[in-house]
Amino acid sequence: MSQQNSLTGRGLGGVGEAPAPRRSRLNRRFLGLVAALAALILLNVVLTPNFLAIQTLAVNVSQVATVAIVALGMTLVIATGGVDLSVGAVMAVAGALAPLIFGSAWGQANPGLGLAAAIVAPLLVAMCCGLFNGSLVSFLGVQPIIATLILFISGRGVAQVLTNGNLQTFSNPSFTWLGTGRVLGLPVQGWIALGLTVIVALVVRKTIYGRYLLSVGGNERAAALAGTPVARVKIATYAIASTFAGLAGLIDVAINSASDAARVGNLMELDAIAAAVVGGAALSGGRAPILGTLLGAVFIQLVGYTLIANGVPDEATFIVTAAIIVIAVYLQDSRRRT
Amino acid sequence: MAEPLLRMSGITKAFAGVPALRDASLTILPGEVHALVGQNGAGKSTLIKILTGVYRRDGGEVLWQGRPVDLRSPRDAQGVGIATIYQELTLVPQRTVTENIVLGYEPRKPWGAIDWRAADARAREVLSRFGIELDLHRPLGSYPTAIQQLVAIGRAASMDTRLLIMDEPTSSLDEREVETLFGVIRALKDRGTSILYVSHFLDELFQVCDGVTIMRDGRTVGETRIADTTKLDLIAGMLGRDPDEIRAAGRTQLSTDQTSTGPVFLEAKGLSSDRRLRKLDLEVRAGEIVGLAGLLGSGRTEAARAVFGLDKVTGGTLRVGGREVRINTPRDAIDAGIAFLTEDRKVEGIIPDLSVRENLTLALLPRLSRMGIVDEARERQIVDGFIKALGIRTADMDQPIRELSGGNQQKVLLGRWLALEPKLLILDEPTRGVDVGAKLEIQSIIAKHVEQGCAVLLISSEFEELIEGAHNIVVLQDGRSVRRLNNPGVTEASLIHAIAEPPDDPHMEAAE
Repeated sequence: MSQQNSLTGRGLGGVGEAPAPRRSRLNRRFLGLVAALAALILLNVVLTPNFLAIQTLAVNVSQVATVAIVALGMTLVIATGGVDLSVGAVMAVAGALAPLIFGSAWGQANPGLGLAAAIVAPLLVAMCCGLFNGSLVSFLGVQPIIATLILFISGRGVAQVLTNGNLQTFSNPSFTWLGTGRVLGLPVQGWIALGLTVIVALVVRKTIYGRYLLSVGGNERAAALAGTPVARVKIATYAIASTFAGLAGLIDVAINSASDAARVGNLMELDAIAAAVVGGAALSGGRAPILGTLLGAVFIQLVGYTLIANGVPDEATFIVTAAIIVIAVYLQDSRRRT
Repeated sequence: MAEPLLRMSGITKAFAGVPALRDASLTILPGEVHALVGQNGAGKSTLIKILTGVYRRDGGEVLWQGRPVDLRSPRDAQGVGIATIYQELTLVPQRTVTENIVLGYEPRKPWGAIDWRAADARAREVLSRFGIELDLHRPLGSYPTAIQQLVAIGRAASMDTRLLIMDEPTSSLDEREVETLFGVIRALKDRGTSILYVSHFLDELFQVCDGVTIMRDGRTVGETRIADTTKLDLIAGMLGRDPDEIRAAGRTQLSTDQTSTGPVFLEAKGLSSDRRLRKLDLEVRAGEIVGLAGLLGSGRTEAARAVFGLDKVTGGTLRVGGREVRINTPRDAIDAGIAFLTEDRKVEGIIPDLSVRENLTLALLPRLSRMGIVDEARERQIVDGFIKALGIRTADMDQPIRELSGGNQQKVLLGRWLALEPKLLILDEPTRGVDVGAKLEIQSIIAKHVEQGCAVLLISSEFEELIEGAHNIVVLQDGRSVRRLNNPGVTEASLIHAIAEPPDDPHMEAAE
């Protein structure tokens, strides 16, 4: 034990975290994930043709970015001891709104303003969805799974009403850049996901909000007694998660140059929870492994890619993903017991 | 002498390189009630967890009925006949008494269904052995804790148990319930079951135990027949001090100087809350300890909760520092300079997965941050100061608090509030479930802050603590403050009298 402690403590110190011994067990988990990822990449280098091409990287990054962004918010919600089922529906709402705004007569007359509004307004609407979720959970004491089920069901309905249930296609190169643009050779949404990961990780580690988040999830009564504004922390967390979902919805629509309210963000809540769990989040709350979540999303993505690129049928990838989750949960359980 | 049922010797165990047990031993004879005592952190829990298969030992030997055994899981331990009654009950409160007693060992009908008739019969028989009669079909959770505990013991006894481990069995029982429990223990002993009895209440040991093992710093430092020892010797052994030295020092550290009290800080008049507090009159001055005494359910904790903004105040007035205030949330109370160390450390105190550092500064965070960012350098400095000042035993400040012993967790929580430099510190049973050494340390920390002008409202069921520590004692009955006793002059007899006497007795009317 002691040897591993000092090793892992130093190992992660290099990645820019405080070399605090208490993180060592989380780090062991984290390093395990890194090792698994490295092994998977190595396997692909040997097996998969053209794996090292920049195009392969770009495809994977562009596919994983939305899951990663949503999973970041999900990890925060899970850290409070809750869960957010509405993220996929919120993606659909945001994705439906954007083309309506820049495609409107006003939006076409003022392309610059229209574009800005088509990004900001859907994000604000998404945030309001989160405020709604958070208020139900905090003020009415509704179980998170039920509270967010409301928007899970109604959100997608709203999006379909907004678009009359039709597939909306559009051509707006500035907006589409969100999903198809490249910066330094890689998809822009990959940079967004990476940037948000760094920001959220810093927020969790360095800010009073981060500390409150972990204490509310770790022991809500004790946190309240120590003066923690529990309701505010929870509402803010659900708002962040929904805003991230809104952003992912915009990216999804931009990738396809089309908004399909029935499809955007479909089943995203489950992918996000899976990424968070593989990354080391505990559904009982009190832990927010942000870098782990990013790696969890990447890992699940890469497993799927590996199988498909090597001719394994689509259906099999679901089974493998399920197996990964089982392993992740098992590791988490055994870690807790020792 | 009969062959021992259990002999553990030379047991060692380390966590993350920090030794928890260095050389622990324990011998239990068949049909014996054996006490295990020691301060928090002495290694009692670790030793028990090794015995029950929760932890694996690093070294040493365990002989069960003379044969070496290696218990790898709680299931293994149960298999050889070792059962444990934990401090926190591990039954299912929503299910019935019968279901709980037969849980996991349900009698079956030939085709596999549970035979409830046989199950009821077994439950009834188990309980009647201890002279208890219950409605077997009521949810267990609808009975008081004491009864639940007896059911847990009954369950263990029904499973062919050779050794029953009881960890702090009396901490939530009242006196009469303790007597019932002792009756059950004697009945078990007569049937040849051995009992390992862990308790901080040393007086109890002399009533019910045969032998005692004393632990300190991960070692067994003494083992003797209970008849050959005294309470003072036990305490001396646990602390590693000379008995005479302790005898001279008195038993609590709260004796304060009576002259140095300042202006009134907190004044409650006719305060009532939506939770069992009916009429509280209370005055606490700077540099003064006011005790709140009363039976369980008399409204002591409720008084504290109302003052701290946890329960809704429904009537009366509250003045802090001379100004009338409304306190609706703990944050309001904290901003007014009030701190509240709660009774239930696990449920209302610690955030188990967070570190000692993060737990200690939780209430202080708003003052430690600028623009929402925590100043970690300053935080570490403050925490370091408290770890030294309060003598918190921890590997380092980033260790998760759940890995600390109860007494050290309590010190961290005390530090959480002292860091705010409160003007009023409300302490609800600050030394319950804490070993003798930590108790004296905690009391002397409190005394030091009172000398510096902090006001203290002390809730305690230990008469000794109140009588020796408090300047005044306010006695509560049925949600009302009924009288105020002034120290010096309060004796245990007068305090008990005040707590028990009906408030309409003209001779005992409040002397204010």
